Amino acid sequence: MPKVIKTRTEFEGHVFEEYVVVEGEGLSAWDAQTPLRYIGRQIPRTDGPERVTGKAVYTFDVQLPGMLYGKILRSPHPHARIKSINTQRAERLPGVRAVLSFKNAPKLSFRQGQTFLFDEIVRYVGDEVACVIADEEEIAEDALELIEVEYERLPFVLDPEEALRPEAPNVQPSGNLLNGKPDIYERGDLDRGFSQADLIVERTFRTQCALHNCLETHGSVALWEGDALTVWDSTQHIFGVRAGLAQLLGLPLHKVRVIKRYMGGGFGSKNGLGKYTVIAALGAKATGRPVKIMLDRHEENLAAGNRPSTIQHLKVGARRDGTLTALELKAIVNAGAFCTWPPSVGGPARQLYLCPNVKTEQYTVFTNTGPLSAFRAPGYVEGTFALESLMDELAHELKIDPLELRLKNYAEIDQTTGRPYSTKGLREAYERGAKLFGWKALTSNPSPVAHLRERGGAVGERATKLRGVGMASQIWSGNGMPPAYAIVKINPDGTATVVTGTQDIGTGTKTVLAQIAAEELGFPIEKISVEIGDTQLGLYAPLSAGSMTVASVGPAVRLAAHEARQQLLDVAAQVLEVPRESLAICDGLLSSPALKEAVAIKDVLEKLENFMIIGRGAREPNPEDVAVNTFGAQFAEVTVDTETGEVKVERIVAVHDSGRVINPLTLSSQIEGGIIQGLGYALFEQRVVDRNTGVVVNDNLENYKLPTALDIPEIVFEMVDRPDHRANNLGAKGVGEPPIIPTAAAIANAVANALGIRIYELPLTREKILKALKRV
Amino acid sequence: MATKAVRPKKRKIAVRGPGKTPIKLIVNGETHELLVEPRRTLLDALRKDLGLTGTKRACDEGTCGACTVLLDGKPIYACMALALECEGRSIETVEGLARNGKLHPIQAAFIEEDALQCGFCTPGQIMSVKALLDENPNPTLEDVKRAVSGNLCRCGAYPKIFKAALRAAELLRSGS
Ligand code: FES
Ligand code: FES
Repeated sequence: MPKVIKTRTEFEGHVFEEYVVVEGEGLSAWDAQTPLRYIGRQIPRTDGPERVTGKAVYTFDVQLPGMLYGKILRSPHPHARIKSINTQRAERLPGVRAVLSFKNAPKLSFRQGQTFLFDEIVRYVGDEVACVIADEEEIAEDALELIEVEYERLPFVLDPEEALRPEAPNVQPSGNLLNGKPDIYERGDLDRGFSQADLIVERTFRTQCALHNCLETHGSVALWEGDALTVWDSTQHIFGVRAGLAQLLGLPLHKVRVIKRYMGGGFGSKNGLGKYTVIAALGAKATGRPVKIMLDRHEENLAAGNRPSTIQHLKVGARRDGTLTALELKAIVNAGAFCTWPPSVGGPARQLYLCPNVKTEQYTVFTNTGPLSAFRAPGYVEGTFALESLMDELAHELKIDPLELRLKNYAEIDQTTGRPYSTKGLREAYERGAKLFGWKALTSNPSPVAHLRERGGAVGERATKLRGVGMASQIWSGNGMPPAYAIVKINPDGTATVVTGTQDIGTGTKTVLAQIAAEELGFPIEKISVEIGDTQLGLYAPLSAGSMTVASVGPAVRLAAHEARQQLLDVAAQVLEVPRESLAICDGLLSSPALKEAVAIKDVLEKLENFMIIGRGAREPNPEDVAVNTFGAQFAEVTVDTETGEVKVERIVAVHDSGRVINPLTLSSQIEGGIIQGLGYALFEQRVVDRNTGVVVNDNLENYKLPTALDIPEIVFEMVDRPDHRANNLGAKGVGEPPIIPTAAAIANAVANALGIRIYELPLTREKILKALKRV
Repeated sequence: MATKAVRPKKRKIAVRGPGKTPIKLIVNGETHELLVEPRRTLLDALRKDLGLTGTKRACDEGTCGACTVLLDGKPIYACMALALECEGRSIETVEGLARNGKLHPIQAAFIEEDALQCGFCTPGQIMSVKALLDENPNPTLEDVKRAVSGNLCRCGAYPKIFKAALRAAELLRSGS
């Protein structure tokens, strides 16, 4: 009988309790003695051939008969009231099929009431005003220019600190501070902690607003068949989009289907329902034809989310020997115009180091800029930059090796809950990373900068290249959570199909799920197919975010495969007339000492006509007595050109602990990808908003600088690779976000080491470097 | 920081339009007759008129490389060329690489080295590598980096793209 229990889950720094229904028996993670055929092996992506041949159909590639295109008119003002809107000229353009705006579209509340689908108030440059549906994209674009809108401009505020002042214009009617108050966490006694300190270091750090720039932009295709709606969406959460659409459009869940087969990146920005999806559905309804809306690159950079900028006042107290006594963070986050899920900037300060007295205070502030969204380890990337920079300063002041200072304050338990960690391989990550990097040798000289300075030419000439090293650490959740469901079907021909409602956002989910099923079933992996990315498959799985897909869905798949295998053994024992316990399955063959030779599964099942085995699995609850987290350490070596201010990252060494590694090949891609995004964030990525107009001046790939092939350092990494038996029945935890968390901090520490001067603000542009060197 | 904008050389073309005009495109060795507005880009003609959606669009303004195809053997950004300009010239897209169901060695190498994550930049990366290897069968790592420096990959598959290109070069040289 299903049991309802309460479980604790952590998602992107937010902890909450939820009810889950559990059924059936649990399985324990494979132990070291179990021989594994697929788990832990380098298996190339099972959907690689579709992706390299151009056959994979992304949402952007969906073309339906009679399909129309939608283009969205966006606000040119950071804050305005729409006085009037005249769409007649646009409607008359040949090929235009509909124009939607607040005048004719239903008033649908969005983002928990902070905006409407088409709002009469626009709150940032890029806010949705109207949408043209036309035969061709070009026609829709032409028509946008024919829409006449009269705006009443309203006072606006772009800077979060200004927005907090009483005289600032209100971005949201309820005020500019999310929830009307800061989000505060406290443990111990902060004043006492600081009074016990021999040294207090206090600094203000600033991080920039970064744009996701997924190569596939946000977008959807909507199709109505009678009163049933099907939507193809480039999303990280098909079930979330289904729920949102059903609720907004007043449809029952069984009338809404959401499909996402392949997607060109999400990084957190595609976690929820977007306005374009609802507009496409309304447009399709209005015209009776399928409608596709894909944002263009500029819209993507205005309206599809960002990693918000932060201002972090951080204060740390320590004893002479390096023991932390108090840690205080006051963070201001620029949410933009809307926010329902603030990033947790204080997470690292609360969790990373042993410290009895901690306070974090976060002000999430509305401004008239594009709204934030989750971006790969939201909050933790920003918070880690500040915390790990300050730890380095502290080490410098105390004349302690930065790595030693971190080891000195190593936390064995999760101090926010008092629970021990299920496993924590950070110490090992530090040690292995330091060894791989050569940390000791590179930092042994009392003056590392001088030691590492490269002479620009002959002795005595001024050096033009400075070399530096730095490191940083990482904590993140990645524990996964229920609910997640899967079934495994064994077909009469001895193949098997895994069905679950998760989605592969580019991480290799399909491949990993096939490995898990093949392992548990004893089938060759070529005989396994994986069906995901469609709500019609009926099996809920959570959003692909928070580094939780494998740890949430993988265990359900294993349980389903396990149940299917049990059924197969039951059936085979009867058909083959051998004792059930004598049967083994390996490589898709049934063997038993009671049989002369191994029998193909197909030969058994085909005797039963179209009989089908269906095993079900549901993700177990998380353990109650331990904290399940992921950890890692990265080391960076940089050279800084003192003439041009250019920072070149020469080398990154990373060692991470995310429990068991299921596929070292696809995992390594995620690690490298995270580091490279972290490098871009450290050195050049930054949204620039014009102070006078609120316009994003670099909403394109020409001026918003992403890392290219020429910016890539040597990347060396290892995994601790120890199964976490308490985490789930795989012993695996997430790895999508951990690698981006410490990269910028490690690079910033290396740059500070090279320059002998610290820059407290990201990105570390040439201009800032030259300023620090007093060259401009 | 994209450095290498690959744009087709401007050629003199006869004035056509307004309205749709017939053109002939030779794509992957096959000739197609289609009716397009003069302003239609090669990219949209491939994707919308010919249904060849392997070539991607991520910016439509010559800054990402997702739309890279080969025009007379040279890599170009298909979003920066008008379909009209490409009339009668040889166009090669990612769909043309595999032959008789067998992957091209570059494609095989991309899979083996896991040189892709979301895969959205992949067709463009593969075409840039193809152009390089057609011209230089024995490239260095630096050659590879330069060849794909106009192809952005937000997932950061670069290290493996480099490996895949070098492996593909090896495969091609050994004749497999
Ligand atoms: S789509 Fe052509 S370069 Fe970006
Ligand atoms: S693989 Fe995702 S953009 Fe390159």
